[in-house]
Amino acid sequence: MLKPSPLVELDGVSIAYRTRAGWVEAVTEVSLDINEGEAVGLVGESGCGKSTLALAILGHLGGRGAVTRGAIRFAGRDLADMKADELRRTRGRGIGMVYQEAMSALNPSMRIGAQLMETLIVHRGVSQTQAREAARAMLHEVKLPDPDRVMAAWPHQLSGGQQQRVVIAMALLPQPRLLLLDEPTTALDVTVEAGIVDLLGTLRRTHNTAMLFISHNLGLVGQICERVAVMYSGELVETGAVADMFARPRHPYTMGLFRCIPRPDLPREAQHLRPIRGQVSAPTERPPGCIFSPRCDHFQAGRCDTGRIPLESVDLDATAKVRCLRWKEIEPPPLDPREDAERVAGEDILLAVTDLDKVYQLRRAGGPVVRANQKLNFRARRGQTLAVVGESGCGKSTLANILMGLTSATSGEIRFEAIDLAHLPVERRPPSLLRDLQMVFQNPDETLNPSYSVGTQIARAVRKLGVSRDRAGVQARVRALLAMTRLPAAFAGRRPRQLSGGQKQRVGIARAFAGSPKIVVADEPVSALDVSVQAAITELLLDIQRRQDTTLVIISHDLGFVRYIADRVVVMYLGQVMEAGTAEQVFSPPYHPYTEALLSAAPTADPAAAQRRIVLTGEMPSAVSPPPGCPFQTRCPRKLGRICETERPPEHVVEGGHRILCHIPPIDLCRVPPVFAAPEPQPIA
Amino acid sequence: MSDFPVEVAGILPRPNLRSRFAWVRRIGHSKVALLGMAILLFWVLVAILAPWISPFPPNATIRPMASPGAHAPSGAIFWLGTDHLGRDIASRIIWGTRTVLLYAPLATALSFCVGITGGLLAGYRRGWVDDVLSRVTDLVLAFPALVLYIIIISKFGASGVNIVLAVTLASSPAIMRLTRGLVLALRNRAFVAAAQLRGEPAWRIMVVEILPNAAGPLIVDACLRLGYVVITIGTLGFLGLGLPPPDPDWGGMINDTRKFALVFPHMVLFPSLAVCSLVLGFNLLADGLRELVMEE
Repeated sequence: MLKPSPLVELDGVSIAYRTRAGWVEAVTEVSLDINEGEAVGLVGESGCGKSTLALAILGHLGGRGAVTRGAIRFAGRDLADMKADELRRTRGRGIGMVYQEAMSALNPSMRIGAQLMETLIVHRGVSQTQAREAARAMLHEVKLPDPDRVMAAWPHQLSGGQQQRVVIAMALLPQPRLLLLDEPTTALDVTVEAGIVDLLGTLRRTHNTAMLFISHNLGLVGQICERVAVMYSGELVETGAVADMFARPRHPYTMGLFRCIPRPDLPREAQHLRPIRGQVSAPTERPPGCIFSPRCDHFQAGRCDTGRIPLESVDLDATAKVRCLRWKEIEPPPLDPREDAERVAGEDILLAVTDLDKVYQLRRAGGPVVRANQKLNFRARRGQTLAVVGESGCGKSTLANILMGLTSATSGEIRFEAIDLAHLPVERRPPSLLRDLQMVFQNPDETLNPSYSVGTQIARAVRKLGVSRDRAGVQARVRALLAMTRLPAAFAGRRPRQLSGGQKQRVGIARAFAGSPKIVVADEPVSALDVSVQAAITELLLDIQRRQDTTLVIISHDLGFVRYIADRVVVMYLGQVMEAGTAEQVFSPPYHPYTEALLSAAPTADPAAAQRRIVLTGEMPSAVSPPPGCPFQTRCPRKLGRICETERPPEHVVEGGHRILCHIPPIDLCRVPPVFAAPEPQPIA
Repeated sequence: MSDFPVEVAGILPRPNLRSRFAWVRRIGHSKVALLGMAILLFWVLVAILAPWISPFPPNATIRPMASPGAHAPSGAIFWLGTDHLGRDIASRIIWGTRTVLLYAPLATALSFCVGITGGLLAGYRRGWVDDVLSRVTDLVLAFPALVLYIIIISKFGASGVNIVLAVTLASSPAIMRLTRGLVLALRNRAFVAAAQLRGEPAWRIMVVEILPNAAGPLIVDACLRLGYVVITIGTLGFLGLGLPPPDPDWGGMINDTRKFALVFPHMVLFPSLAVCSLVLGFNLLADGLRELVMEE
């Protein structure tokens, strides 16, 4: 049978940008087809040219970019041959684009309805009434409740998830044949992300739209796409069917990516993250021969560094291709269990949170209030990692701020070595307490002061928090801290903008550990980093913790990361603890229904792992007017009835410290099947 | 022990620029900034070399109403002519440079001291400090600046010090607003929280952690404001509120001779051109700097 001609053909496409240093090639000879109705994933670290490729397909590289070689054909027509008018029509009717930041994709000064209708009126030339009808129908299709209300709303009145649904609706309205999705769920919470993923699957079935799904999240790509293309430093290094490539990646880079992703479906002992060393080569610094060679464990001098490596077909029908000379020789590394898997036995309680409440007064006294934290109770043990898990708005950052003294609790106490932290603002904390309790921040670009060198900033922390104050002692400590975070000593002279995201995060960690703290609170320490860097920072935190017996309090929404790093987990929803226990207890039944939904929404990089999908409906209620009874009752798939709406759920202690707040009796919760059905752990990669 | 390697990857080719204001060094890349600098340098040299390059004493009355290029009795040339009292315009412009290049930077510097202090306090402290400072700012800004100058100078007399104080009072509120906005954007960055968490005092967080990161926009604003202040000083001179006569002052020169402007345009034209070119110099430099700051 003849293969149908593809919708999009990229034929040896190279793309370059004009910079001050001359033309720089961002994408090198990429050939990739997307068939009608097919979903292709494009993965790779940032700076590998994924978004550039998508923009080139849109014909929208801007004034500084240009396709220098090869051709991009859409439905058989070369984009380069199209006149401006035809290109505009192709973009409008043929190709839709969904960006990462939904808020910036919407015009803040236009109502949603007007923005949706505009696309149709411009590109399809339909009447106002027809456009309104079509827009309303599309909003219904992207599962936005009450389309009329949404049509009349301004963008800022919608939640992030709703905004992204509107953007998808807008892209789909002209019924494009191809949808380009650039990290469409990165800014969203996991349960919202699961809803969008579900929606994309449905839309693809009903409209037969082809998709190019750009993501760094292999788990998501596995859920959405049939085919994957892996890009590294501007080149395509491997393509193939999802099932095939996830089961047996052939390029060392793909293997490396898989080994960087902690998986929520595997227990901690069964996985060991192996970060890819180094970082993506800048376009001007690409090595001769194999572009991945500086980071590859299988590099052979004299072979891998002579001449460009061709993209070789792996199977007869040429669906799987790999750009590696040694792909036949390299086996995916076997599952290596973690040598440090055994738990720290210490049951020595270092931090005890009791009945912690935080109420924010909105506007004036007597007006509406936000209950950011309600009756929080949990303990953190010496040398262990406690993870606080929940989606945005659940109050986990408020908790961190109270711990650090950046805000004060309304009532309750946090006991740390006979001191109550809950009402002790940071200005009143004694130096010894400041030293003992430090913080690692989320955003690497904000964690360091851009005005000072790395050495100056660490030295300042050593002087304020460390033991030594004399010049030589401080310098020695700075060197030790850089070594501890695996940064070369020469980095002391660098400024933050000369560092990569991962390196900045390392400096932030070095600074927090300046005075050998007893507790380090880390607020989403890896979420803003690339996958390979996430793995390296995760391992670094664990390594330092092991050596210094530090207690880590990790705040995160990433369940794979949490399962890998945490000893104990606290699950929060709308300011309240829903479930708490050891990682094993929380990640296996009995679950709180919310934990169950979170786990089922967590993307896992193994399509073979049988994961039960639960997609929550509705939005997280506002913390200003939380629902009565159980906070989760408005979205709970296991809601019992009236009792959930009227009474605060009781706390069940299931076994050894495993607490669940739910009206469902523990016996029934125990009967819930596990979210991840695969009984024995599959080897990673 | 974990065995992952040091994250070095010799792929950080950028040079290690030591200066905090590395962008200042790249001024050479901006033609606009270079042109502005050249104009300013010209006037600075004129001010410094005034005693040697001015052909006549600035206040000497020699030959009234001479046209540009006319000869003095001594044989020297009135390059730009003389005014109604017979003073050489070129010499007065040259000496007047000293006035404007002394008081404009002085007034600007003082305005920035006051404005930055207020802006740091209002933006970092927030709360009642912010409320009070912002209301005072609003009050001053609601006054037409010119009325403010007239009131102050006619009340306290025309002198260099009073001009500086009046300009400071009128322009520091705008600087405070600018600084406050910059501080608000910076105070929630994690590095400020990190400084709080290691027990840094508030003044140090404001001055050492926050202020250097607001420096770029403030420097650009300072250049623009120097231009405004030159105009302001000229305006004050024009209104007769400038330095007491007979000291040469560009604005005063325009004021003194405006009655003759129709017949002897050179008397007004050349001092006006001097004001224009100096302001243009500051503005061009500010534009160039802004580009560099934006790139940063």
